[in-house]
Amino acid sequence: MAKRIETISLSCFYGSTKAVEDVSLVIEPKTVTALIGPSGCGKSTLLRSFNRMHEVIPAARVEGKVLLDDTDIYAAEVDPVAVRRTIGMVFQRPNPFPTMSIFDNVAAGLRLNGVRKKSDLEHAVERSLHAANLWEEVKDRLGKPGAGLSGGQQQRLCIARAVAVEPEVLLMDEPCSALDPISTLAIEDLMSELKDSYTIVIVTHNMQQAARVSATTAFLTLRGAGQPGYLVEVDATSKIFTNPAEQRTEDYITGRFG
Amino acid sequence: MTTVDHAVLAPDGPALRTPRLSPLVALAGVAGALAGTVLVFALTPFAGRAELLIVAALAVVGTVTAMSWRIEGRRKAVNRVVTLGATTAFVLALIPLGAVLAYTASRGLKRFSGNFLSHSMAGIGPLDKGGGAYHAIIGTLEQVGLATCIALPLGLLVAVYITEYGRGRLARSLRFFIDVMTGVPSIVAGLFIFAFWVLALHQGFSGFAAALSLAILMLPVIVRTAEEMIRLVPATLREASYALGVPKWRTIVSIVLPTALTGITTGVLLAVARVTGETAPLLLTASGNSFIHTNPFSGPQNALPLFVFQQTGSAFDVAVDRAWAGALTLIGIVVLLYVTARLLTRRNTLARR
Repeated sequence: MAKRIETISLSCFYGSTKAVEDVSLVIEPKTVTALIGPSGCGKSTLLRSFNRMHEVIPAARVEGKVLLDDTDIYAAEVDPVAVRRTIGMVFQRPNPFPTMSIFDNVAAGLRLNGVRKKSDLEHAVERSLHAANLWEEVKDRLGKPGAGLSGGQQQRLCIARAVAVEPEVLLMDEPCSALDPISTLAIEDLMSELKDSYTIVIVTHNMQQAARVSATTAFLTLRGAGQPGYLVEVDATSKIFTNPAEQRTEDYITGRFG
Repeated sequence: MTTVDHAVLAPDGPALRTPRLSPLVALAGVAGALAGTVLVFALTPFAGRAELLIVAALAVVGTVTAMSWRIEGRRKAVNRVVTLGATTAFVLALIPLGAVLAYTASRGLKRFSGNFLSHSMAGIGPLDKGGGAYHAIIGTLEQVGLATCIALPLGLLVAVYITEYGRGRLARSLRFFIDVMTGVPSIVAGLFIFAFWVLALHQGFSGFAAALSLAILMLPVIVRTAEEMIRLVPATLREASYALGVPKWRTIVSIVLPTALTGITTGVLLAVARVTGETAPLLLTASGNSFIHTNPFSGPQNALPLFVFQQTGSAFDVAVDRAWAGALTLIGIVVLLYVTARLLTRRNTLARR
């Protein structure tokens, strides 16, 4: 479990527009890595390229390599569906399936991948809801619609749904930006628990959050509006936030820019 | 820093308390307008009850609007007029709907009975009282059922292709032709099946030929509504599913279509309701008969709209009564279908957030 991600000269495009340019970085297993940077610098695009969700958008494509351990996930013989099964994702806005109950939401990934046995599903749902710290709150109403939960609960439901398929890596695209501070705290606690079993990459606009939850931080920025985003530096979070190597990082973190 | 220049607005900002047109004053205005109208009709050559009503209504609306404008200001006066206009339009739209239902029921109930629903027209002479629409009901159910069986899967697949897979010119031209098909007059669909299936392929009149022509009419309605509904499914749901490692086809079947189900059902029902009442294509395809014929695949069959059409063509009251009862049955079938489908899909309504 928990694999390492490495990108080699990765560039991401939307049609002819380059959104991310030449990113090479290593994401260590069983740690939380934060991607920070100003709006439009391509953090989310970069994150989505890690599990081939980028190409879901018409005309979107990448150049370069993304290695999962030793496998290039963009190699011709690699099935994007298998990649996404291995690398789960949690989105900015909670997006439980509206037609499904809480139980069905968590079981969705397994069911849609062919798991039929009821006891297996029940076991996996309970385990995943425990992992997402949601079990106690919903155990008596598993049959109720998932959309009826509060925003924070919905986001934890989505995390439970993502971990139910036992991915190696969990990508989180600003998972707390639509949540209140208490729910945010719950999700952050959850991340520090989950990092014992998963590799976690989180995109965040909240620098305190990056400082709180991540071991490594990567800072991306862009030269100007319409220019592609690029990686400035990646280092231990404590170093990035106290003594960054680059002036641009320091300017951003201290609020002088961005 | 720029400051907002208050000079163009009232210096102290807008007044929070504004005068209101009190109901008593308004009532006085209404009374005045009515009295004035009656007076005008009494003193001038204006006459007629309908004219009186229209003039009185216009006078009341005009007076209240003028009073409101004077006391409350322009915005509230306009609001009153538009609100009134929208309400009136709603009531006006309901009138023909209610009238059709009520009139059909009142005329149809005279002959509508278990006997009518369970007997055919076999051996019924032009002046005979008996007879019923059993053969036509069977025909309608079979023909519309078959048409739905053809058009529903085809239409859904086309809609899925256009929204999820189609790219570029092929998808665009497909949409264009579907739009063109929406405008095809029903008699043309009937003529096509008549020329192609009934004559050229020597298949003869049959319920199935009717179902084919009805399917042609249903297809574009199903495709267009299903397409619109599928487009309404948020992209975030598809992404959530892809991110779980669910293949695209599975995402469409298990996430997209169930989420869009309620809307698609409405579209299918509209299509079914539309073709259930179609008469023109049936004349050329099912052709009609007067006895019970359950096999839709060979031999002429009757159908309710055709039955109504035949019976209204008769000069005798007994036949006209049968026609009304047939029309009532037709409305009943559509309503029943609608309610059933609504109940079946209610559970799956997209949760409101």
